[in-house]
Amino acid sequence: MTLNEETKKFICVSCPVGCLLKVTVQGKDVLSVEDNGCPLGIKYAKNEIANPVRTFTSTVRVSGAHLPVCPVRSRIPLPLSKMRDVAREVAKVQAIAPISIGQILIEDVCGTGSDIIASRSLS
Amino acid sequence: MSDYAGIREVDVAVIGGGPAGIAAAIAARKEGALKVVVFERDWEAGGILQQCIHPGFGLHMFGLELTGPEYMDRYLKQAYEAGVEFALNTMVFQMDPPAETDGRKTASFWIMSPKTGIEKVHAKSVVLAMGCRERPAGALGIAGSRPAGVYTAGTAQRFVNMEGCMPGKKAVIMGTGDIGLIMARRMMLEGAEVVAVFEIMPWVSGLRRNVAQCLDDFGIPYYLEHSVCELHGKDRLEGISVVKIGKDRRPVDGTLRFVGCDTLLLAVGLIPENELSRMAGVEISPLTNGPVVNDFLQTSADCIFASGNVVVVYDLVDFVSEAGERAGSSAALYAMGKLSKPRELPIETTPNIRVVSPQKLCGGRDTTVFVRVAEPIEGRCRLFAEPGIFSQTLRYARPGEMNEVKISAEKFRALPETEKCVRIGIEAF
Repeated sequence: MTLNEETKKFICVSCPVGCLLKVTVQGKDVLSVEDNGCPLGIKYAKNEIANPVRTFTSTVRVSGAHLPVCPVRSRIPLPLSKMRDVAREVAKVQAIAPISIGQILIEDVCGTGSDIIASRSLS
Repeated sequence: MSDYAGIREVDVAVIGGGPAGIAAAIAARKEGALKVVVFERDWEAGGILQQCIHPGFGLHMFGLELTGPEYMDRYLKQAYEAGVEFALNTMVFQMDPPAETDGRKTASFWIMSPKTGIEKVHAKSVVLAMGCRERPAGALGIAGSRPAGVYTAGTAQRFVNMEGCMPGKKAVIMGTGDIGLIMARRMMLEGAEVVAVFEIMPWVSGLRRNVAQCLDDFGIPYYLEHSVCELHGKDRLEGISVVKIGKDRRPVDGTLRFVGCDTLLLAVGLIPENELSRMAGVEISPLTNGPVVNDFLQTSADCIFASGNVVVVYDLVDFVSEAGERAGSSAALYAMGKLSKPRELPIETTPNIRVVSPQKLCGGRDTTVFVRVAEPIEGRCRLFAEPGIFSQTLRYARPGEMNEVKISAEKFRALPETEKCVRIGIEAF
């Protein structure tokens, strides 16, 4: 092992198998990935070292519907570091029924490049 | 969609409108059954997935990571297209033992709804798809007072995700079931504090990915071999006592400590909901707490089929939907008098397997037998079905993750007449 090389172990969350990856890194460069059950593990490891992302899900307040809240998600995974900022932004939304699944509720949330969309229809 | 009339006589009746029931109803229609009705007690179909707003559903079925409501939306659209009828706000409250008419078993049960009152339904076949319930606080025998603030994780999930209210501000989670882990993250994102997660066993019972993305991502600590042993507080929960559990499974002296919290969420296991199955006289397995089924997902009563978490608690909804499809098409074939069962062999398992489902094989089609080990086997091991049906090397086997044994119908049919069972097991190398 050369200078600045480091081995990290973490669980791949790409699928329910949850492989415990052994990842050798030098700074932000991934040198090798071991114990991954499939190619998704390599992609996940590289992302996780460079910029960890997760799909964000929550609810927004809605008026005039069967339920007082409507579930929402980020269209694409967001940087993990932005989760709390996004949660605060989503908490401010007051939507009005009817809502259809896939409807955009916040465009480009917190400058992440992802929209917050409704994950169900609600009337 | 809630309008229904003349459903007293149906071909295939599906009890429960969650993922298992809806998949079963779609499959029954596709197989050719004419009148297929899903009986659902809630005001909408979808079951528990409607409150599971987190992603992680549908990787097997759709190759996508959907949220629960999105997964259900796809199935509900398919159901309407397939001509499935729904009886919503309708509770099935009693099932009769199957009757015999013209040499064939038929089922009947009683329903209740605000619209039509009490009615009796006759069905050529039934698919049980009632799902499961969470083990409640009362089943745990925790000492101390009985203040407000103690909920099952799924109840809290319903509060937060559907009713729009928070159960508390400072939570402790007892047990490491997946819903508890998911709720730990959910509470954090809604601004609550999650103090810790305590698990009595030496291993996490939920999926490891949920430990990573729900606990580790948010810096929530979890403690294995720790048990919540006392509740404190008069009107509202003020804290809990927790104790370390030793290798002898008894509390370790001097490890009792107080943890302040106003909310305790329980994620300590799921139990298949089989009151109706028992009324119908269906044989229940003491290991799965669900009906004993063959690979058609047919219970000990010929005209009653069962699928999803009512049979055995699955890890993934994708498997539940698959089971639903199988039960639905089998039930349709039975209703049409086309289900043939030439041979039925029981499955015997090695002692390290705690759960097996189905428990019998007929070899009608290729099938998957799900098994769950009693204790973790860390390291390479072999999963097998003998004689000569299946063999696979695993990197490990853990109670939190089911293993799939693929049974080829061809290989099953080729078994000599002298074979009296199929042996399934896991052996460490």
